[in-house]
Amino acid sequence: MSDKLVMSTGNKAVAAAVKMAQPTVVAAYPITPQTEVIEAIADYVEGGEMTARYIPVESEHSAMTACIGAAITGVRVFTATSSHGLLYMHEMLHWAAGARLPIVMGQVNRTIAPGWNIWAEHSDSLSQRDTGWLQIYVSTVQEAYDATLMAFRIAEDNRVLLPVMINMDGFLLSHIMQPFEMTEPGDFIPPIHLPHAIDVNDPHGYGAMSPANVHYQFRFDMEKSMRAAREVIAETEAEFAKRFGRSYAPVEEYLCDDADVVIVAMGTMGKEAEVAADFLRSEGIKAGVMRIRWLRPFPELNIAGKELVVIDRDYSFGFGGVIAGEIQARYPEAKMARVIAGLGGQEVTFEDMAEFVRSRKIGTEFWFGIPEEEQ
Amino acid sequence: MYEIRIHSRGGQGGVTAARMMASAAVKDGKFATACPFYGAERRGAPIVSFVRIDEAPVRIYSQIRKPDMIIILDPTVMETVDVLDGLKEGGSIFINTHEDIEFPPQFKVYKADLTGIALSKNLVVAGSPILNTPVIGALAKLGLFTHESGKKAIEETFADVRNIEVAEKAFEEVTA
Repeated sequence: MSDKLVMSTGNKAVAAAVKMAQPTVVAAYPITPQTEVIEAIADYVEGGEMTARYIPVESEHSAMTACIGAAITGVRVFTATSSHGLLYMHEMLHWAAGARLPIVMGQVNRTIAPGWNIWAEHSDSLSQRDTGWLQIYVSTVQEAYDATLMAFRIAEDNRVLLPVMINMDGFLLSHIMQPFEMTEPGDFIPPIHLPHAIDVNDPHGYGAMSPANVHYQFRFDMEKSMRAAREVIAETEAEFAKRFGRSYAPVEEYLCDDADVVIVAMGTMGKEAEVAADFLRSEGIKAGVMRIRWLRPFPELNIAGKELVVIDRDYSFGFGGVIAGEIQARYPEAKMARVIAGLGGQEVTFEDMAEFVRSRKIGTEFWFGIPEEEQ
Repeated sequence: MYEIRIHSRGGQGGVTAARMMASAAVKDGKFATACPFYGAERRGAPIVSFVRIDEAPVRIYSQIRKPDMIIILDPTVMETVDVLDGLKEGGSIFINTHEDIEFPPQFKVYKADLTGIALSKNLVVAGSPILNTPVIGALAKLGLFTHESGKKAIEETFADVRNIEVAEKAFEEVTA
């Protein structure tokens, strides 16, 4: 086993998966902590390991428009960004999804300024929650690689035809080095077939006026595809497990079956929370972890009979943590303690998470690091 | 789990040392992660990197607070950084030096003159002696991973055979 493993950062693993998927076009703009992804891809292209046309652009807005222009011709397209870069793409993210283009994006989660901060937070991608992109949050280098391979197959499935954003925590995952196994995907990712690709021999209008009596139908069609994406994701993850031996689910459950209390988190905190659960169990507290991987489409959570400690690495001002809010909206009966932790790369250890569980107060919100009297 | 914190200066190769250490441990069949702490680092500034080695996959991403071992690639960082911060009682220190540096008696101290070893082979890049390949040899001697895996990890990273030579020399010269 150890012979097959290579040490890699999360960034380089995403790039390695993109190389396997062989997109026709990559258009991107560098930004910390994503830079290594597109540096590696540019190297592959320069060295002839990838046949993609690499389009260096002057901004993320242009990166996404170049991706849209390329994707509408029916070819496979990839880009990567982070934080402010993602926000700069915002308008075009809607265009990509609305035009039903299966673009795949590596997105490295980083805080939004000010103050200037390059460390992990989920506010960047969560602020793009409603753009019509599928979103997955990964927690290991292996998972970043595997999710990127699967993203192309899921996005391009004709039941979906929506873009996919693979999110990983800045530095914590983008720059950590872990052993991972490279997989030759073979025909796991079928050739792309975009049914509405531009064809000069069969001209159609693109991006034309869609008046009030039509527009909602396009929107409902997107929602139907999001709903169908649940099944496509399940099929793709099952097929991946069958071929390559690594299993994933929309929500990764750890020791949840008999758990009285469950930590809900995403990304690297969701993985480290497993250590917190082990720790709590050694104290006699029946704890588990639900790590939400696919946020869009939103997954089902098996929360009956369990108290939740939801950790949000994000915040919606004047409301609360985004993930806690989503769970409460979907499961109004959920008994949860809400924790805001990890903003701007704030250190949150498994010991801290264990303490969130021990000191949980159902129905309240707790900001980690803020004195009790100010909460 | 065995947790290691590496103290160096930006540009001295501490991050690459961390990667090669983790890679060597993985070649031995263990699980390992290596991560730099990214702050406002720049060439010459004190930086820290972390390595975790375990028998099971490492699921911890937060920084190492209570290391089992600290590695000091550049002793001058001790002028401004409390390198012993959090080091476990009975923990180990490896320091690159040819001098006798005093540490509190509850720690096990090992040393080798990595700078001298690198200079003896003229292994210098951009005016700085290479420290991250000799340190792999020294740490193999201390049992963090096998000498063979350490050398394989170096070979994967650097083509220049002198990097293996300095690792072998440090393996011989490390002393308690």
